[in-house]
Amino acid sequence: MLSDMSPRSRRQLLSMIGKAGGGLAMYQAMTVFGHAAETRFTGPPQLTGARKGSTVLVLGAGLAGMLAAHELTKAGYKVQVLEFQDRPGGRNYSVRGGDKIVEVGGAVQNVGYAPGNYLNPGPWRIPHHHRTLLHYTKAFGVELEPFIQLNHNTLVHRKDAFGGKPQRYRELSVDFKGHVAELLGKSLNAGALDSSVTREDKEKLIDAMRQWGVLDGDMKFTGDLRVSAQRGYDKAPGGGVGGAPTPSKINSLSDVLSSQVWSQIGFFFSYVMQTTMFQPKGGMDMIGKGFYRQVGKMVRLNTKVTRIAQDDKGVTANWTDTVTGQSGESKADWMVCTIPATILSQIDIQVSDTKKAALKALPYSNSVKIGLEMKRRFWEEDYSIYGGHSFTDQAIGLVSYPNNNFFQDGPAVLLGAFAGRAGGYQFAGMTPEQRIQTALDMGSVFHPAEYRKEFRTGASVAWSRMPWILGCCASWTEQSREDHYDNLVAMDGRIVLAGEHASYYGCWMEGALLSSLDAIKRLHQRALAA
Amino acid sequence: MSVRTVSQMFAATAGLALVAAVAARAQDAPGGVTTVQVSDEGREVYEQICQACHMADARGGGGAGAAIPALADNPKLAEKDYPIMLLLKGRGGMPWFTDMLTPEQMAAVLTYVRGHFNAYPDPVTVADITRVSTAPPPVRECDTCGK
Repeated sequence: MLSDMSPRSRRQLLSMIGKAGGGLAMYQAMTVFGHAAETRFTGPPQLTGARKGSTVLVLGAGLAGMLAAHELTKAGYKVQVLEFQDRPGGRNYSVRGGDKIVEVGGAVQNVGYAPGNYLNPGPWRIPHHHRTLLHYTKAFGVELEPFIQLNHNTLVHRKDAFGGKPQRYRELSVDFKGHVAELLGKSLNAGALDSSVTREDKEKLIDAMRQWGVLDGDMKFTGDLRVSAQRGYDKAPGGGVGGAPTPSKINSLSDVLSSQVWSQIGFFFSYVMQTTMFQPKGGMDMIGKGFYRQVGKMVRLNTKVTRIAQDDKGVTANWTDTVTGQSGESKADWMVCTIPATILSQIDIQVSDTKKAALKALPYSNSVKIGLEMKRRFWEEDYSIYGGHSFTDQAIGLVSYPNNNFFQDGPAVLLGAFAGRAGGYQFAGMTPEQRIQTALDMGSVFHPAEYRKEFRTGASVAWSRMPWILGCCASWTEQSREDHYDNLVAMDGRIVLAGEHASYYGCWMEGALLSSLDAIKRLHQRALAA
Repeated sequence: MSVRTVSQMFAATAGLALVAAVAARAQDAPGGVTTVQVSDEGREVYEQICQACHMADARGGGGAGAAIPALADNPKLAEKDYPIMLLLKGRGGMPWFTDMLTPEQMAAVLTYVRGHFNAYPDPVTVADITRVSTAPPPVRECDTCGK
């Protein structure tokens, strides 16, 4: 079979290029084939030959810290990990029934979700090209399932479009495409673009607009049955007597423009938002738990680091046990510090002034996620929506439907808010109960008859009020990258930093892992040279 | 005044890289553009933005060996240029707010914070915001301004 043959022959070709032209030629060839460019990950680091008895202290048992502990142990180091929280994983986190969420300021939520249900308040979707994360999830036995990123049957709402009535993404996107195609076709036929395109390309473009936009013989977007085959019918095709479908009515250009559906169309073009996407079965924290299975015996939980020092012999971290009150210090030859900049910039740490300045130049974004548990899956049963997102210009940003357990009876948790920027601050400033009520009000635009009626219980995570991070993700600018990035990631004596903040893949688990791998490679080189 | 107008004004007057700032914050996002409004009234700006971190009583808080600073009874706010600078440039974990608040909103909320949670009744004006935003570097006491 040709399909079976082609990958093999490509591999053979690459191998041949590699032999003939060396690694660079092979890299260039792979890039052309679309292989190498998608990731910096080249496999686990294969560090070996640590000096006998060498030790590393890792601060933070998030993904970056636990990956460092895992790989450095494999390389022969003796590793200890200190973690502030009573659980591993950091921002790799799922909230379940029975959990308690305690905020700065004292608000406490006792989560009441039914067994098996969860909210992923931090990371929740994994791009198919995040190879580092996918490598370790597989290696650590974490089962992934599809994350329904693009669902044409979800809804789009803007307060000042369609009288505030949500429309199906499918209808808006098809209508937007059709109207744009008609207008471009009109311009082309009128000769308005003759100075921009050759005659051959003009003919191809007119043909493309006719097919892509589903225009009629007069190059008009009219909403005939062929258009309905994309946007849906007024009366769907049936069987037997009276089975003929009737077309749906397209929206006017003005109405479609008022919906700003291009912002969703554009969103789905983002590299990190493209299908296929994944989520772990059972909650995002299955990944953190997978890492913890590898390194758990090295991790000391409930351990608040109060001071970090180093000299030419080693590193020392002073700490307090947040449960027993016991104080102690941990010493090692080297340190990987993954404490977020919001916290680390306030801890007494012995590093260069330039690194301290870098830590203080890293503001963190804010985000609020709210999980609403509903008594039944009305979005599936009443709206034929199976996973995916309904979008709104209100502060909640979206309603996102669960990607698992389709067609099941019993309660299910949907994401009732993914609020950022001003909307995120507004939600974070509310009490937990106010957040739920506001999210219910806003989400009701999509499902007015069901949303409050079927609501059972809710929980929210306001990242700016999580005591262990005081924010969501590091916010770099071009200027702060230029001024501080190299200083932040540089090995400083015996200490190296890692985490999403020390990467160009900020706010993604992939960035935390790539940062960690880079940090431990440099640490290992330094240790061998010392 | 629309956000874009303010952005352009600050880009022109203070030379801030606002486009880059917005792009750097993009990260994971719901998809689409929200139309969330922030009030022009000082107390409401505080409730809608500031209290997300500084808390309704402006007492801040923390736990992990790090804290969100209290704004109530904070002698650092006696000098009005200091909080203006924080809103314009951010500091530590706190981001800049030039791409979220207009100069009018900044002036209103700083007047409220200094007057309501502290005993500094003299108002912060838009002229103050403009003056600080156009002041030549290096500006005073700002850990985020580099080197």
